[in-house]
Amino acid sequence: MGERTSTMTGVLGWLDQRMPVMDFWNKHVGQYYAPKNFNVWYYFGSLALLVLVNQIVTGIFLTMHYKPSAAEAFSSVEYIMRDVEWGWLIRYMHSTGASFFFIVVYLHMFRALLYGSYQKPRELIWVLGVVIFLLLMAEAFLGYVLPWGQMSFWGAQVIVSLFGAIPVIGPDLVVFIQGDYLPSDSTINRFFALHVVALPIALLLLVVLHLGALHEVGSNNPDGVEIKKKKDASGKPLDGIPFHPYYTVKDLFGAGVFLTLFAFVIFFEPTFGDLFLEYDNFAPADPLVTPAQIKPVWYFTPYYAMLRAVPDKFFGVVVMGAAVLILFLVPWLDRSPVRSIRYRGPLTKIALALFAVSFVTLGYLGLQAGSETQTLVARVCTFIYFGFFAAMPFFTAIDSVKPVPERVTMHD
Amino acid sequence: MIKPFLSVLLALVGSVALAAGPGPKLLNAGTNISDRASLQRGAQLYFNYCASCHSLQYMRYSRLAEDLGLSEDQVMKYLNFTGAKFGDTIKANMPVGTGDAAYGGEDWFGKAPPDLSLVARARNDGPNWIYTYLLSFYPDPTRPVGWNNTVFPNASMPHVMWDLQGVQVLVQPEDGEAQGDGHSGGPTFELIKEGTRTPEQYRQDARDVATFLEYVGEPAALQRERYGLWVLLYLLLFTGVAYLLKHEYWKDVH
Repeated sequence: MGERTSTMTGVLGWLDQRMPVMDFWNKHVGQYYAPKNFNVWYYFGSLALLVLVNQIVTGIFLTMHYKPSAAEAFSSVEYIMRDVEWGWLIRYMHSTGASFFFIVVYLHMFRALLYGSYQKPRELIWVLGVVIFLLLMAEAFLGYVLPWGQMSFWGAQVIVSLFGAIPVIGPDLVVFIQGDYLPSDSTINRFFALHVVALPIALLLLVVLHLGALHEVGSNNPDGVEIKKKKDASGKPLDGIPFHPYYTVKDLFGAGVFLTLFAFVIFFEPTFGDLFLEYDNFAPADPLVTPAQIKPVWYFTPYYAMLRAVPDKFFGVVVMGAAVLILFLVPWLDRSPVRSIRYRGPLTKIALALFAVSFVTLGYLGLQAGSETQTLVARVCTFIYFGFFAAMPFFTAIDSVKPVPERVTMHD
Repeated sequence: MIKPFLSVLLALVGSVALAAGPGPKLLNAGTNISDRASLQRGAQLYFNYCASCHSLQYMRYSRLAEDLGLSEDQVMKYLNFTGAKFGDTIKANMPVGTGDAAYGGEDWFGKAPPDLSLVARARNDGPNWIYTYLLSFYPDPTRPVGWNNTVFPNASMPHVMWDLQGVQVLVQPEDGEAQGDGHSGGPTFELIKEGTRTPEQYRQDARDVATFLEYVGEPAALQRERYGLWVLLYLLLFTGVAYLLKHEYWKDVH
């Protein structure tokens, strides 16, 4: 192979001749052309990356003091909160980060639904994103068990027992997952291993693939216009701007706003009225005392409400699982010739609005005790949730569309 | 600046999260952990009335001294009755789990008195719960220790602060319905024997204990509220500069 020449000199030049540093930088940052009309919805991708880094860094420091055992886990968390220098800050950054992760990821996913970002040729980006979402849910659940408070224990008990609803292998599977007949010392130990090693590695790999797939086909935008169709003489998209410096400075501003809100919660309301850290979890796990109400953290409550809405346990589990897995199909359910909601007809707009309202309502209902009325509403919302996906091939096909402009539009 | 915004936000969130079903009606304690005098009085009451039975296993005497503005001598002389070292965590005076019938809490009360390090955090609306609990003891001859409590029915604990409050009898239990005469629906009591403190003073005592236990639940709360404002100011400045930078770079994008 011939020696590559580098335009760089010095250390960077030396490196660049041995490894394609500049190629990589240019492909993904310096000369990655992104549409110039990104709006506020487009902050959440980079913010998700920021939270991921926050979780990994604070997680490493927590690992230095946390003890993954049933006897010591709860005390070690209190030790972090009281005796470790700045331990309270690290712990609140991690616990608040978990909730903020889901806020930005839910908004990021809704953005894709709004602007049809999953449509050809971006199906793989969406599919990888759904896998990330699944892993994130597993990661959050495992992490929630580790402080070994009452809700850690009983939450683990409820969630793991769902696997017991699987016919034939269910009961054995539950014991296999827990390593015991109840959530116990062996459960914490293996959940710790999965939470701090296995899933973070898988998450990082998938994020790399998600970005790799994105940078291959290029970003969508609020108009759903393919910017690569209109290029200037030098082959650069007319509506594209280099990611750096344009979007690095823009995302820096987004990060500033995000961190301000993040810090507000960390310093002034870290439990966020029992939504981010529940009061039940400040009591150590006790297998002999069942809490008055067992409920998951807010980011799981839409799915939890669906589980409860179904009278049969096995079918409840199936519905809950299907609610996440059905997301994989979205790129093939949408048959609209138009990507962005801006140029779609009223049917799609109404369907998406109903879907969003039902999802938020389910999230609210999952936090409640579940009266008869609430169960009825949860059933209606579950029906709308699945109806949105089931009807998508039809309403997207027959819905009217507006003419899509040739070039992107700017609104500021 | 932050508090009013926070209370509106929390009212919104709280209406979702705290609607946790029926529980005892709690009085508003109005605790403020930044009130150092209240913290110090609460600590004194705690060590005189509570610490015999209830440990604070995650709290150290030294940390208490630091956060409450007390000297090592003051803490060791007036708050530490167990002979523990300054850096030790706070154990109860009463040996627990010794099986010694003369001293063991299990033998006196049926079960060991719980550790109170996190009592204010582990309950819904913890500080108000503690405050209301301390105001809700009444004599009940059917109970082993002769006392009962409307907030925690059939509690094993006697009213240890009765000499301060005096004795109040239960006139009307909680009926769950607000009535026309301004009766909130909570229980009503009538003082039949005066204590060494007036009702007003005793409410302050209960508030001080609740404040102290709220602080013990999360000593870092003092730090985070102290640093929080500066962190927010810095981040707002950072965001402002980032906005100007973005504005400058984006001038040529149309």
